[in-house]
Amino acid sequence: MDATPAAPEIKEAERQIARIPLVLNRRNFSWLTERISGVVEQPAPRWWWVAFTITASAATFGLFCLGYQISTGVGTWGNNIPVVWAWDITNLVFWIGIGHAGTLISAILFLLHQKWRTSINRSAEAMTLFAVICAAIFPGVHVGRVWMAWYLAPVPNNWAIWPNFRSALVWDVFAVSTYFTVSVLFWYTGLIPDLATLRDRATTKIRKFLFGIFACGWRGSNRNWRHYEMAYLLLAGLSTPLVLSVHSVVSFDFATSILPTWHTTIFPPYFVAGAIFGGFAMVLTLLLPARAMFKLQDVITPQHIDKMAKIILLTGSFVGYAYMMEFFLAWYSGNSYERFAFWNRVFGPYWWYWWVGMLFCNCLSPQLFWFRWCRRNVYVVYFVCMCVNAGMWFERFIIIAGGLHRDFLPSSWGLFIPTWVDIWTYIGTLGIFTSLFLLFVRFLPMIAMSEVKTAVPEADPHYATPPGIQSISPRGKERI
Amino acid sequence: MANFFPRWTNWLPLKLVICGILAVCGLTAATWYYVTPKYTRVRYEPIQPVPFPHDVHVSQLGMDCRYCHSFVDMAAHSNLPTTQTCMNCHTQVQKDNPKLEPVRVSWKTGNPVEWVQIHRTPDYVFYNHSAHVNRGISCFSCHGPVNHMPVVYHAKPHSMAWCLECHRHPENFLRPEDQVFNLDWKPDDVKPADFVAKYGQPQNAGEDLSKKKRLTQTEIGQTLKERWNIDPPTNCQGCHR
Repeated sequence: MDATPAAPEIKEAERQIARIPLVLNRRNFSWLTERISGVVEQPAPRWWWVAFTITASAATFGLFCLGYQISTGVGTWGNNIPVVWAWDITNLVFWIGIGHAGTLISAILFLLHQKWRTSINRSAEAMTLFAVICAAIFPGVHVGRVWMAWYLAPVPNNWAIWPNFRSALVWDVFAVSTYFTVSVLFWYTGLIPDLATLRDRATTKIRKFLFGIFACGWRGSNRNWRHYEMAYLLLAGLSTPLVLSVHSVVSFDFATSILPTWHTTIFPPYFVAGAIFGGFAMVLTLLLPARAMFKLQDVITPQHIDKMAKIILLTGSFVGYAYMMEFFLAWYSGNSYERFAFWNRVFGPYWWYWWVGMLFCNCLSPQLFWFRWCRRNVYVVYFVCMCVNAGMWFERFIIIAGGLHRDFLPSSWGLFIPTWVDIWTYIGTLGIFTSLFLLFVRFLPMIAMSEVKTAVPEADPHYATPPGIQSISPRGKERI
Repeated sequence: MANFFPRWTNWLPLKLVICGILAVCGLTAATWYYVTPKYTRVRYEPIQPVPFPHDVHVSQLGMDCRYCHSFVDMAAHSNLPTTQTCMNCHTQVQKDNPKLEPVRVSWKTGNPVEWVQIHRTPDYVFYNHSAHVNRGISCFSCHGPVNHMPVVYHAKPHSMAWCLECHRHPENFLRPEDQVFNLDWKPDDVKPADFVAKYGQPQNAGEDLSKKKRLTQTEIGQTLKERWNIDPPTNCQGCHR
């Protein structure tokens, strides 16, 4: 346009306000394709086999525990009267919550045109699916007679009995199954262009066949893209309310009851904030090692980690506020039972769950993210994420077992002590979750190639390589 | 890039989806029809040791149900008659009929006749015959037209949905208590004036039922339901105690 060279101060200002690129080191299209496909195409590194052996063993033992529990009965767990819900529902809420970060990243950040989501959305969505799978195990088996679980579905039957639609537990079934279905569709739709890339690069017959089937005949034509983008937009619109609704419905399982500490209107927003909080911590827990192991630091950059850390700080502060508000309302209500329940939370038999889990892990540790150097130091970030992972589990346990163990009649008071089946079922779901994630990174592109490419400067139709700068394109052939 | 798949595979996914939907719907429909008691129970007609003709005994000879099933209005369980009950008549009547040989053997040896049970209530269901027949539920409602059966068969499905059909809307089945054992009773047999004089009429009938030419089953049933405070349990514990 105008050929007059800009004044030095304007140049300096431009330099300062320029956005940090989302893909570092001027990596171009070809590098992105080679590197991200390379993770899938090259033989699995040794650490992958070691990790997979460990997680798959845990998963297998977890499945054994589930089989033992189903064949023997719920008595294999430590659940009792009054603690009728314990680790089972704790784990359900824990896993469902984790899924929410994936949906937030893929749907809400998409609608808000947050381009940084492109580096993390694929693996976050995969994480969502795996977390929901783990979550679905618990309500399924906690009914005791698993073969009766279909009673929760409105199937016309010979008994003329129908789910009780006034029950929050039935809403839960619908919320979670809708969530899983929409998440699968969203994830798969996003995968199609990348599956086509892998299909086109495939060298063996089996890969060609399988990727060929799952790519649904994608050609990358204008028409393909037009349909794809419309479908993606619609699914993002469908998923957006789910980010808020699913965990709200999960919270209704408690909030619609009459138990002190459960019967509160604050639960839906409190649970949703906690879910996003815990979910982002889990995204980082998975992606920080993955990015280092597969040398993807140019795609998942410190900037991405910084932004996720800020979301953790924000939602963690929401959660901390909700905790405070619960105590305030217990005091302000003047209800002695409510006051006792919260006093008991802090000084009762589960006191250290509160001090360590809720106070230190959930409220205090994310406050480190006020400091830039903490957000930029992956070890600090990882420490905080592990705190949040643990803290969110403790929080759910305190809400569930903590609310139940002091029954209305002091003569019915009890405690929950987990059995080995409780413990190993939970570890088993951790194994299932990580095994599925490890399989995912090996068999599918863990970063949305087609989407990341829209975030590099080359994607601009008017982009021209500035003179004197060579686009770095080593064809990405180096072994990961 | 070469084509991996031949052209005919283009429509394969659609065909597979259509076949899948049809298969799932077919499977559901088949299960619904063939696995429910409507199919598995109704018309079950086992061969009995003696082909006892209910039609002859009830419709031709005019015997009351309670002559043989003597505890039906007094006990939860409706009994089968003892051999002695049969022999009250059959020492005189048809005493040489070869079909009655098992009854005579039983009479001599003291071992009961091994009737084959047709209507079987599961052990997790509590069912009381007397509670039903004393409150206007006819034998006919559950056992069908037994008085016209040469050999008894299972006439109604006896599924839980079927039980609830009546427990949720008993007015469709209630009849005057003196007509419970009259299996041929029809609502048209009721004389409206006499009926209303005896039982009154429903609170929100909206008209004087005694002036009507004939009463419907719902009008009769609703009247009796209100008159006798009939409120059948529809909660689980009502029957699964």
